[in-house]
Amino acid sequence: MEINYKSGFQVPEPSSRPGDTPNFSYLSLPSPLDSVRPDTSCKASEMRDLAYGLVRVLDDSGMAVGPWNPNVDAEFLVRGLRAMEKTRLFDERMMRAQRQGKTSIYVQCRGEEAVSCAHQMALEKGDMCFPTYRQQGLLIAQDFPIVDMMCQIFSNAKDKLGGRSLPFFYSERDYGFFSISGNLGTQFIQSVGWAMASAIKGDDRIASGWIGDGASAESDFHAAMVFASVYQPPAVLNVVNNQWAISSFHGISGGAEANFACRGHGFNIASLRVDGNDFLAVYAASSWAIERARKNLGPTLIEWVTYRAAAHSSSDDPSKYRPDNSFDLWPLGDPILRLKNHMIQLGIWSEEKHQALIDELTLEIKEAGKQAESFGTLGKGSKPSVSEMFNHVYKDMPAHLRRQRQKLGV
Amino acid sequence: MATMNMLQAIRDALDLKMADDDNVVIFGEDVGYFGGVFRATDGLQKKYGKNRVFDAPISELGIIGAAVGMGAYGLRPVPEIQFADYILPAYDQIASEAARLRYRSSGEFFAPITIRTPCGGGIYGGQTHSQSPEALFTHVAGLKVVMPSNPYDAKGLLISSIEDDDPVIFFEPKRIYNGPFDGHHDRPVVPWSKHPASEVPEGLYRVPIGKAAVALEGSELTILAYGTMVHVAIAAAQESGINAEVIDLRTLLPLDEETIVASVKKTGRCIVLHEATQTSGFGAELATIVQEHCFYHLEAPILRVAGYDTPYPHAQEWDYFPGPARVIDAMREILETA
Ligand SMILES: Cc1ncc(C[n+]2csc(CCOP(=O)(O)OP(=O)(O)O)c2C)c(N)n1
Ligand SMILES: [Mg+2]
Repeated sequence: MEINYKSGFQVPEPSSRPGDTPNFSYLSLPSPLDSVRPDTSCKASEMRDLAYGLVRVLDDSGMAVGPWNPNVDAEFLVRGLRAMEKTRLFDERMMRAQRQGKTSIYVQCRGEEAVSCAHQMALEKGDMCFPTYRQQGLLIAQDFPIVDMMCQIFSNAKDKLGGRSLPFFYSERDYGFFSISGNLGTQFIQSVGWAMASAIKGDDRIASGWIGDGASAESDFHAAMVFASVYQPPAVLNVVNNQWAISSFHGISGGAEANFACRGHGFNIASLRVDGNDFLAVYAASSWAIERARKNLGPTLIEWVTYRAAAHSSSDDPSKYRPDNSFDLWPLGDPILRLKNHMIQLGIWSEEKHQALIDELTLEIKEAGKQAESFGTLGKGSKPSVSEMFNHVYKDMPAHLRRQRQKLGV
Repeated sequence: MATMNMLQAIRDALDLKMADDDNVVIFGEDVGYFGGVFRATDGLQKKYGKNRVFDAPISELGIIGAAVGMGAYGLRPVPEIQFADYILPAYDQIASEAARLRYRSSGEFFAPITIRTPCGGGIYGGQTHSQSPEALFTHVAGLKVVMPSNPYDAKGLLISSIEDDDPVIFFEPKRIYNGPFDGHHDRPVVPWSKHPASEVPEGLYRVPIGKAAVALEGSELTILAYGTMVHVAIAAAQESGINAEVIDLRTLLPLDEETIVASVKKTGRCIVLHEATQTSGFGAELATIVQEHCFYHLEAPILRVAGYDTPYPHAQEWDYFPGPARVIDAMREILETA
């Protein structure tokens, strides 16, 4: 008789594929009132539940409720909304520029704007983020000059990085924005090293490290957790779980059998799982973790539950691996809409005001775009000199590089 | 002046830089309380405190990744990788991160890290305590690669490396920590105290990165060597009576081409010598430079003496190790070419 042994090998599959109705039943949505906000001095071992729940502030009716409500004023809300909307409009414009051949590649953060914008608003000058390529909101929320971002995206003559780096791989030390690497995950342990240095020096500046759900499978993630656990440096470790790597869903990086936040437990690191599309929850949770770090009470791991609404990059076509209308049915909604509705509920905002904001930002971005394009776009107009290619390999150019440059005649 | 072996010279350099610059920090596996498996950091934690000298988890990736972050903050980390054989888990953090941070950020961030790591064979260390992976690093733009052959250079080069604003891989040939090993494994160990380069000045001094030294003057042929092989080359010259010139490269990247070219133009014959496996080894780079600049001065083809293209064996260590006998054979061969 033939015995059929069931194979023990499994490859996780997302809940829906092209043609299916998006199914997000795997995500449970607790009410903001269900959450507990411990003191920032709480022991990691006494707040384990927070890694399994979901920190939220905005309820279904759009009101800010519960223990995590940061009770910010109207001016703050307007700033947040503006930063998120500006980030989205900037992305849209740069995406079009990419389609027009003005740059080689572009990455949007559509749907995830709250994560970077609200987090930035909780940081202080001197703190250092170690971002991925999807946290442009960290710069935009600080009113960083978008012309400079565009000049780099276009690799033109005003590109501060001399054309050496990929578009949108910004480096802005004075804005607490560490140089972006294309090698996934590497910055996560580097952020812990930076925080260790801050602790060694008795400094009160904190590091904020960033990684995606996909890249959290890299060894760098685990090294960061070990070092953060061992040395207890002032670091906030952010996993942006936007559900997708490129075409692989979070289950392929180990996020289906267990979530990302609870990975902190094995290291006894305080861990939060947060509604990343709730601007107020992001601000509240960031502030909590930042205060904890600044008071030298230990590092925090935060899983931001959000959704990558756009393609992975301008080179990607998500319709090949997930239903087209996924984001429309994403249970945590659109972070901009949610904050806007909240502000309308409060009576401090209106559709008219919002349209006026969009018009103003669109104009600002258009003007910036024109200005940036006047300095050239990729392969068109003025561009960084060829000799820039040889600069900054070392502090002082060694003889062999000088000879190579001279041979090229630049 | 003091008489020191390589380890004492290295420890002295670390001690002096720790005292000189508050931003210097030392960490790695077993380097703190215990002072390192080779004792290179012995006593430093006691002297400078746990904030500046500490044990690290067994995560080479983590050690170097953290060092990159510390460097970006403004510290001057001197991490130790316990054996060069175990540096590969950190390769991405070295080759893609530390090496390119400056380039990526137009110098806004950089990684002034000195990675100390014991390398090379001769201690019956088998596959995992004997390798010489220098070529994996000389191939990387943005790194500097240093390998001293004696206490004087070790101290002066380590001080220069720590002060350098670019990442330096500082290879320490472990077989010569305690004495200038010439490849004669069957003879008693000669202590450093018998060697002139064990005379080490007290206090800070620098041996510049990127400068080779003529370790033995000669006229018949040139041997390009570094690390332990410098001593093997000198022994081979002395035992054969061949008037060889031995160049101690000291720094592999950036390379002192002038000293190499001047020597080979003078002698007209060149042997490149290293412990590492031959194929795509650093010797291939050296041979290329010699033929590019000295072709019309060469009287014989360049010869390579290197480790065989196998993993580093255990029981066969002394058949594998490029000792004086193999160097003498190569010298005879190159001199026979009219
Ligand atoms: C070490 C490394 N492996 C693979 C890639 C190619 N790659 C770039 S982005 C990406 C997906 C990353 O997904 P995630 O970490 O979830 O971040 P997200 O793009 O969703 O923000 C992959 C596989 C890379 N850049 N680096
Ligand atoms: Mg992702």
